[in-house]
Amino acid sequence: MSSGRCTDDCPDAGNGANTEQIKGCPEMSPKLMFYILKRILLALLTIWIVITVTFFVMHSVPGGPFVGEKAISKEATAALEAKYGLDKPLMEQYVTYLKDIVTKFDFGPSLKQRGRQVIDVIMDGMKTSAKLGLIAAFAAALVGIVLGSVAALKRNKLVDKCIMVITTAFVSMPSFIVGSFLLVIISVKLGWLPANGSTAAGLVLPVITLALYPMSYITRLTRSSMLDVLGQDYIRTARAKGVPSSKVIFGHALKNSLIPVITYFGPMLAYIVTGSMVVEQIFAVPGIGRAFVSSITNRDYTMIMGTTIFLASLIVVMNLVSDLLYKVVDPRIEFD
Amino acid sequence: MNTKKPFSMQLDPKMFEPATAEEKEYITKMRPSSTFFRDGVKRLLKNKVATISLIVVVLITLASIILPLVWPYSYEQMLGSTPGRPMDSSYNNLAPFTYGKTELKRIDAGEKIFPHIFGTDAHGRDYFIRVVYGTRISLAVGFFASLIVLVIGMTIGSIAGYAGGKVDLIIMRIVDIIYSLPDTLIIILLSVVLGRVLSVEGTVLEKIGSNIISMFIVFGLLYWVSMARLIRGQILSLREQEYVLSARATGAKGKWIITKHLLPNCISVVIISTALQIPNAIFTESFLSFLGLGVNAPMPSLGSLASDALNGINSYTYRLIIPAVIICLIVLSLNLFGDGLRDAFDPKLNA
Repeated sequence: MSSGRCTDDCPDAGNGANTEQIKGCPEMSPKLMFYILKRILLALLTIWIVITVTFFVMHSVPGGPFVGEKAISKEATAALEAKYGLDKPLMEQYVTYLKDIVTKFDFGPSLKQRGRQVIDVIMDGMKTSAKLGLIAAFAAALVGIVLGSVAALKRNKLVDKCIMVITTAFVSMPSFIVGSFLLVIISVKLGWLPANGSTAAGLVLPVITLALYPMSYITRLTRSSMLDVLGQDYIRTARAKGVPSSKVIFGHALKNSLIPVITYFGPMLAYIVTGSMVVEQIFAVPGIGRAFVSSITNRDYTMIMGTTIFLASLIVVMNLVSDLLYKVVDPRIEFD
Repeated sequence: MNTKKPFSMQLDPKMFEPATAEEKEYITKMRPSSTFFRDGVKRLLKNKVATISLIVVVLITLASIILPLVWPYSYEQMLGSTPGRPMDSSYNNLAPFTYGKTELKRIDAGEKIFPHIFGTDAHGRDYFIRVVYGTRISLAVGFFASLIVLVIGMTIGSIAGYAGGKVDLIIMRIVDIIYSLPDTLIIILLSVVLGRVLSVEGTVLEKIGSNIISMFIVFGLLYWVSMARLIRGQILSLREQEYVLSARATGAKGKWIITKHLLPNCISVVIISTALQIPNAIFTESFLSFLGLGVNAPMPSLGSLASDALNGINSYTYRLIIPAVIICLIVLSLNLFGDGLRDAFDPKLNA
């Protein structure tokens, strides 16, 4: 964040964590720098492991990816293998695959969708899925933070109890069941919203289905961290000084209680990625999740590999960003 | 008896009178001692929500074990099919408490037929027993998956925590890497491949199916890391205690100290996180079932029953509602019970 700005005017970077905090200048200490570097390396390592595992696991299928195809002559198989480079030694294929991904962002051709590249299918799906996922994430964060704060402020009152019961119920229901019920009740029985998710109005139900779990989680997270913050000395001090209640809540309490919520952004994205597979399948949204699920049923191996690597990298990068953000926002957090 | 003189430094002789028998008994009679475990159970039983949740889980578990033994139908028996005759389609998709053609004839003849409480499914199988059996499978999957996580996580975590130094550093770096792997994607990947690589035909494992085995493998490979982290943290703080030092001074070896001194002291943390792991596994299984990577047919699980029900969801909505309610009930009660356990057994909260 402000790291670039203040490297020059904070000379005693190494051990002056407290003074920096008071000055309101989150300093880029060597320790923090080392931590960020370490995390980036770890993320790169993870992505490399995902690529490697995906590649070798997929190539351990006996007979190779064409075994499911019916009535293919020997010559045709050989031709196909030559075309996809499967006749070369495994290590050579691996190096080529890795090189293509790193240099050209190329995951090879799709096996079942003739003439299409995996990356094109992914990018096509991502247009819809990214929209769906971002709206869901935004809605979940917004509603969750509001409900969580309300629950914390009205602790042990009826409102708080209602919110807690509802969110507890939502976190114990698999998303495909929630989605199916919404589909049956709202689209089929009541006819309020279209069941097909390819239009804008049709995206409402998928967004709700996708957002319910993270929303409930964020509500619970915000509530507990808000309760924790409200018990702190500086809140009492602010109140004792006569700061108006709204300013205490929004200026002091809310700001500080949102810090733990940031750590959930990474896992939330991971949830939304896997959840979108379910939701897009139920509501027939033409996104990447649906493409992935159908590639599993079709046994489109290159597509499965490409999508797994793409989504996994996305999750790893988001986790990295959310962890780093957490460290930057709260300088008190220790490095391990 | 001499009374004490005012301003005298002499102690009051009354204070030194012998105690009466009654007083003696009051002093010697002690409150029965209570162990940490008994205290925890007492606190747990006081928590109404946790107790009810425990009862619900136990009832569901018992029902899923006992009912299939006494029920007149089995989960894979297609009621419409009799050997040598064409399939009687009047048994397919029966509504609750209705009967197939031949059964109706037998009822007219005065015979008593056990009702199909939830009707039958599209293949003419009694839906009630399928739900019961599916509950059993889901619970078993959750239980064994958590057990695998527990054993691996506990072993590795305690070694890392106790050994410290380089061993700890290496293990924790591996844990970091595994922790950042997206688990669901890896499960899907392995399920797709292991389904074809593993040959389970003819073995005991055939019935469970390769998908569930691959799920167990993935749990064994990936999910132990959070348990290992937890145990390591506990052991790190426990191993600095005096009793560990004294055990070591009397010549105890690492394995003995870990198993006899350290692990028993972090058992409450272990139990709590295992209880909270079971719903996680049930969720994962139902997600895989939805993707068509769950238990092998005709074996039912709650997840596969729910996802099968999606096909006829408009006409047979109750077939989705029933397994959905049971999944929610199990997961909710296990979560609430886990929370109650944490409140009752976490020594940090007592202080």
